[in-house]
Amino acid sequence: MKRFVIIGATSSIAEHCARLWVAKAPIDLTLVARNAVHTRSIADDLKVRSPDSMVTVVTGDFEDPDSIRRLVDQILKEGDADCALIAHGSLADQSACQQDLALNARELNINGISPVLFAEAIANSMVRAGRGTLGVIGSVAGDRGRKSNYVYGSAKGMVTRYAQGLQHRLAGTGVTVTLIKPGPTRTPMNAHLVDDGPPLADVAKVAATIVSGMEKRRNVVYAPRRWSVIMMIIRHLPRFIFNRMDI
Amino acid sequence: MKLSSWGRLSDEHYPTTPLSREIDNHPFIKSDSSETAIVYGMGRSYGDVCLNPGGRVYLSSGLDRLCSFDAASGELICEAGVLLKDIQTLFVAKGWMLPVTPGTQYVTVGGAVANDVHGKNHHSHGCFSNHINWIRLARTDREEFICSPTKEASWFNATTGGLGLTGVIKEVSLNLRPVSSCWLDTETLTYSSLAEFSQISKDSEEDWEYTVSWIDCNSRKRNRGIFIRANHSQSGAESTPTKSRLRVPLVPPLSLVNRATLTAFNQAYYLSQKQKSGMGRSHYQSYFYPLDGILDWNRMYGPKGFYQYQLVVPYESGMPAVKAILHEIAVSGQGSFLSVLKTFGDVPSPGLLSFPMEGLTLALDFPNRGKITLQLFRRIDAIVAEARGRLYPAKDARMPAELFAEGYPHLSEFLPYRDPGLSSGLSKRLMGW
Ligand SMILES: Cc1cc2nc3c(=O)[nH]c(=O)nc-3n(C[C@H](O)[C@H](O)[C@H](O)COP(=O)(O)OP(=O)(O)OC[C@H]3O[C@@H](n4cnc5c(N)ncnc54)[C@H](O)[C@@H]3O)c2cc1C
Ligand SMILES: NC(=O)c1ccc[n+]([C@@H]2O[C@H](COP(=O)([O-])OP(=O)(O)OC[C@H]3O[C@@H](n4cnc5c(N)ncnc54)[C@H](OP(=O)(O)O)[C@@H]3O)[C@@H](O)[C@H]2O)c1
Repeated sequence: MKRFVIIGATSSIAEHCARLWVAKAPIDLTLVARNAVHTRSIADDLKVRSPDSMVTVVTGDFEDPDSIRRLVDQILKEGDADCALIAHGSLADQSACQQDLALNARELNINGISPVLFAEAIANSMVRAGRGTLGVIGSVAGDRGRKSNYVYGSAKGMVTRYAQGLQHRLAGTGVTVTLIKPGPTRTPMNAHLVDDGPPLADVAKVAATIVSGMEKRRNVVYAPRRWSVIMMIIRHLPRFIFNRMDI
Repeated sequence: MKLSSWGRLSDEHYPTTPLSREIDNHPFIKSDSSETAIVYGMGRSYGDVCLNPGGRVYLSSGLDRLCSFDAASGELICEAGVLLKDIQTLFVAKGWMLPVTPGTQYVTVGGAVANDVHGKNHHSHGCFSNHINWIRLARTDREEFICSPTKEASWFNATTGGLGLTGVIKEVSLNLRPVSSCWLDTETLTYSSLAEFSQISKDSEEDWEYTVSWIDCNSRKRNRGIFIRANHSQSGAESTPTKSRLRVPLVPPLSLVNRATLTAFNQAYYLSQKQKSGMGRSHYQSYFYPLDGILDWNRMYGPKGFYQYQLVVPYESGMPAVKAILHEIAVSGQGSFLSVLKTFGDVPSPGLLSFPMEGLTLALDFPNRGKITLQLFRRIDAIVAEARGRLYPAKDARMPAELFAEGYPHLSEFLPYRDPGLSSGLSKRLMGW
């Protein structure tokens, strides 16, 4: 059985990826998150979908480097991962972060430092094993800083650069790092946007795009795919136009 | 968020709250607030039972986890936003299926409970609620609790078929049934009078689990139709047939359903089905869910949307009533592509407001042509009332409150179980609030 690990397993996007993975074939899956009750209910669901899969729940603190080290060691003690997905994230309250630097630091930590430390630790073990696919969820918000969410966006930008660095380092090793950039998606993170906000993508479809992108060992996966075009334009908009946009 | 139901008769903006399974994030409005809400599942009801003009809408799509499955007994416990499609797809491979399923699988478990839906096997398996062990209900005025046919049974009876008005259904325990195959052995017969339909129905009850018939509602001369009966095959390949997924890509400016297309379609459909007479074999998806193959088919009725009218009348008064109704429709020149005529058996449903009762049920689609459509309905209402029948709230957007009250004798028994924080367009129309 292939071994899968999901960090931030209570993420709705990650949960839908897990459903697709267990639907293909029974797998050995470790769900890692901070809340045991929520994670167990996801594990129960996946076990009903795939009784032959092995689903394990591990919980711990994602905000502390030592804890991240211990978590990764604990998970990989059981065997190397064929596939790992790092999914946690928090949509920071931009204006609150501008006032409260401690909050700002926590948001930068959970969206930037925490995922890249997980990525570093897991990538190293995959290199030792000589195989593996590591997906890291960044965001379209990491492609260009903008006033409404640059705290979150800059942390996601860090994930982007870190993943690029890992891709460069791991080229030719048999280990793939896939950087995943979702557009706005209907998940609990965006519950406040359902009524008036941008149209939100269906989470099951976003997950399907991610799963297929990782399977094809893509370097970058925009989900839904059209965001690659939209972000190409946004990245290249001249500043005098961009600065006049209210986004 | 903009929401419509399947009939697309309205397209309003509603404040919404995604339902959450975590108690600490309870979305409920306190009962002292004047705002009320209704749960929206997949919006596959045709009228306003899942809409709440002027109020809030709870979205159940996030409640989509399966909790447990007992492979010995077939008991499945799942959250209320799980789709019947997901249950069928997952379990058919393991030899289990839903014992009762409506004509589309894009329906939530919560919606199936709240409308106490029926399928083509009512005469042998009853309604959806006949296969439920318990329901976990959350209310605005009391702690979450479990009701079942033996525990808090009066709540169970109010909630099955309770039109989403007795509380938010969070979790349901239901029994799947073992099946020998996902294929069905079918037999297609033609009939050219209601007496003949009646005879075939009677003859099929013993030996055929599923029965359904299509009737040509445009033919003034005789009541011709196609009767299809089926049983699960005793064996069969597991493979699913390749699906052709068509979609009506946009809403045409005018309804594509009009007098000319209707007559032509009904004629063509009758002839094509007639050719298929005899024994056959059908995958469960194409037999149970013939319309699911065309996504967004409801758009074909154009920007004004359409009504569905589904009635049931007891056997004794049934035949003449159905005949009179079909005559009214044929004369009016309105009417539908797929009119369904079938029988309900005598399996009693626990639901106080469940629609099925022993007798004949007829379901018809009508493009919304405004006043003339509503006038036709009033003429049909009179025939239904006279025959002591009733209409299906899941399909309704306009029935008069008196017809509802006459058709549902347990209505006053039901009312005390309503949640003060929940109301729908339908409840305001038919129950006053
Ligand atoms: C093509 C087609 C064929 C159909 N065939 C049949 C058929 O053969 N037999 C039949 O019986 N019906 C049939 N129907 C109707 C359909 O099965 C019902 O309307 C069903 O209830 C729709 O479920 P939904 O999830 O879309 O719920 P919605 O339409 O969104 O809601 C229906 C009701 O359920 C309530 N509800 C939903 N979830 C919850 C919850 N969690 N807690 C409390 N209340 C809730 C809503 O408030 C509302 O009152 C058909 C519909 C279509 C479009
Ligand atoms: N949804 C979108 O529109 C969108 C767009 C672009 C990128 N993304 C990214 O996609 C990923 C998945 O998000 P989602 O949409 O699936 O959102 P979600 O369902 O809200 O999931 C967020 C996840 O992050 C975890 N998390 C948040 N703060 C944490 C902390 N301090 N410690 C540990 N875990 C923490 C949450 O754990 P709990 O369950 O314990 O809270 C949850 O597992 C995130 O990285 C997000 O930034 C999302």
